[in-house]
Amino acid sequence: MSGVQATMRLDRPGFRLQGDLETPPTGVTALFGRSGSGKTSLLRCLAGLEPAMTGRVTVGDVCWQDSATGCFLPTHKRALGYVFQDAALFPHLSVADNLAYARRRAGSERPGPRADEVTERLGIAHLLERSPAHLSGGERQRVAVARALLTRPRLLLMDEPLASLDQAGKAEILPYLEQLHTWLAVPVIYVSHALEEVARLADRLVLMEDGRCHAHGPLVEMLARLDLPLSHGEAAGAVVDTVVSEVDEAYAVTYLDSPAGRITLPGHTLAPGQRTRVRIAARDVSLMLAPPGATSVLNRFPARIVELAEDGPAQALVKLDAHGVVLLARITRKSRDQLGLHPDMAVHALVKSVALVG
Amino acid sequence: MHWPELAPLWITLRLAATTTVVLLCVGTPLAWWLARTRFRGRVLIEALVALPLVLPPTVLGFYLLIALGPHGPLGALMQALGGPTLAFTFTGLVIGSTLYSLPFAVQPLQRAFEAVGQRPLEAAATLGAGPLDRFLTVAVPQARSGFLSAMTLGFAHTVGEFGVVLMIGGNIPGRTQVLSVAIYDHVEALNYTAAHIWSAALLVFSFLVLAAVYRIDRRLKGALGP
Repeated sequence: MSGVQATMRLDRPGFRLQGDLETPPTGVTALFGRSGSGKTSLLRCLAGLEPAMTGRVTVGDVCWQDSATGCFLPTHKRALGYVFQDAALFPHLSVADNLAYARRRAGSERPGPRADEVTERLGIAHLLERSPAHLSGGERQRVAVARALLTRPRLLLMDEPLASLDQAGKAEILPYLEQLHTWLAVPVIYVSHALEEVARLADRLVLMEDGRCHAHGPLVEMLARLDLPLSHGEAAGAVVDTVVSEVDEAYAVTYLDSPAGRITLPGHTLAPGQRTRVRIAARDVSLMLAPPGATSVLNRFPARIVELAEDGPAQALVKLDAHGVVLLARITRKSRDQLGLHPDMAVHALVKSVALVG
Repeated sequence: MHWPELAPLWITLRLAATTTVVLLCVGTPLAWWLARTRFRGRVLIEALVALPLVLPPTVLGFYLLIALGPHGPLGALMQALGGPTLAFTFTGLVIGSTLYSLPFAVQPLQRAFEAVGQRPLEAAATLGAGPLDRFLTVAVPQARSGFLSAMTLGFAHTVGEFGVVLMIGGNIPGRTQVLSVAIYDHVEALNYTAAHIWSAALLVFSFLVLAAVYRIDRRLKGALGP
């Protein structure tokens, strides 16, 4: 069983989309790139909303489109869920009727979540009688996600569902999206131009540039690839998937297990055994050649330098391997040269701050 | 006081009701097509539909009379099929009224369909709704204020027409004589009482219809929200 396999081409005046996409059968694949890079067009091509597209789209073992054989399934016959940036709820129907609209038309032969399960998981059970006009932005998007899921999709497409929300709205909906892929057994393609969002939600990342899929791979690797713009810039950093091992109530800190060793995280909102993803910004990592002595920095890991790259006139990026965990450090070029850093060298990474991303 | 004949009232109402139904059947697909097509000749069709707004009704009536008469293309076709000629008949009146009121039905419908936009229809498609399903369950309910305007304006405008009816209806009392023409006859015959009664009735009717349209239109727009 495979996920999505697509080769798409779309010509518009002044714009050409040439996208090749492959996803595993489950998990979240983020389409990441600047606005105008073709992310939304690619999503629309997958959904069959761009009739001028040529190429091939296969989902699971079903051919949705193949220009070579002339096969084309119109949008309403594709087993997909689509969450639009503006939710696109029907204003003339209540929330319950919006959901029923999807459920009634869903192919009953396909497996899918039950309606009450979906409304409960997305926390919208109390909104069913309301009109979409009387929902907050975050509530509207949760209803839109629920509606998309009730079509029993084989592929869930999400087009910047958070882009039109304010900070509070984003914070409200993110936890719901995060737990989606823990119970949803279909591939999700998630379009975004916000790195924090992608770092929280995605398993894989496809970098889009000028209508092309420029690079793709597992999120953790992609964020740390020095040849891509993702690792440069102020927000750059690595993500680490961890498991909560212990909560220290007395100091209000949480200990996380990772292959690199124990990570200490301020706060105690998590429960032992819980999987969680943390983000370590490149600017918060400093390097030492000798094991650190007494220091206030709790998170320090022995690591090996994998690769170095320049990052602007004054800075350098160092990619580290700490027992299989990839870290990024941004230091000055001056300290790089003073320490004589080079690939394969053993160093110690001091992490001044660890942020929870999910 | 001597009350005038009621026949013109019934003919008028029957004509307006029939015309409204025909207008919806013809105008809805036409408006839908106009609202969504990228065909370049669209403006020509739009101009054609809007013609009755500016053309003297007698011009439209004159051409229709020729087309529907026994020697006109439509009339000849009807005769070849063994049907009646259409000039000076109720059916002829319905055809004339439909053409004459077409812009009053098509324009509000077209504007309403354009206001619905592409997005809700795309959303419906991703939810598994086919083209007809999308039209009936998304486009029509969201364009309902347009349907309301089209129906009431089409109806009221048919009630108020004069020139076209006179030209192709022939003013046959009890068959094709409608209110507006009857009023004209009453005035010609110096029967001002009857003319007063019908004129006042039409004035009040038209005013009430328009007031109701504006009120319901406002309420529907409020209900649909931002």
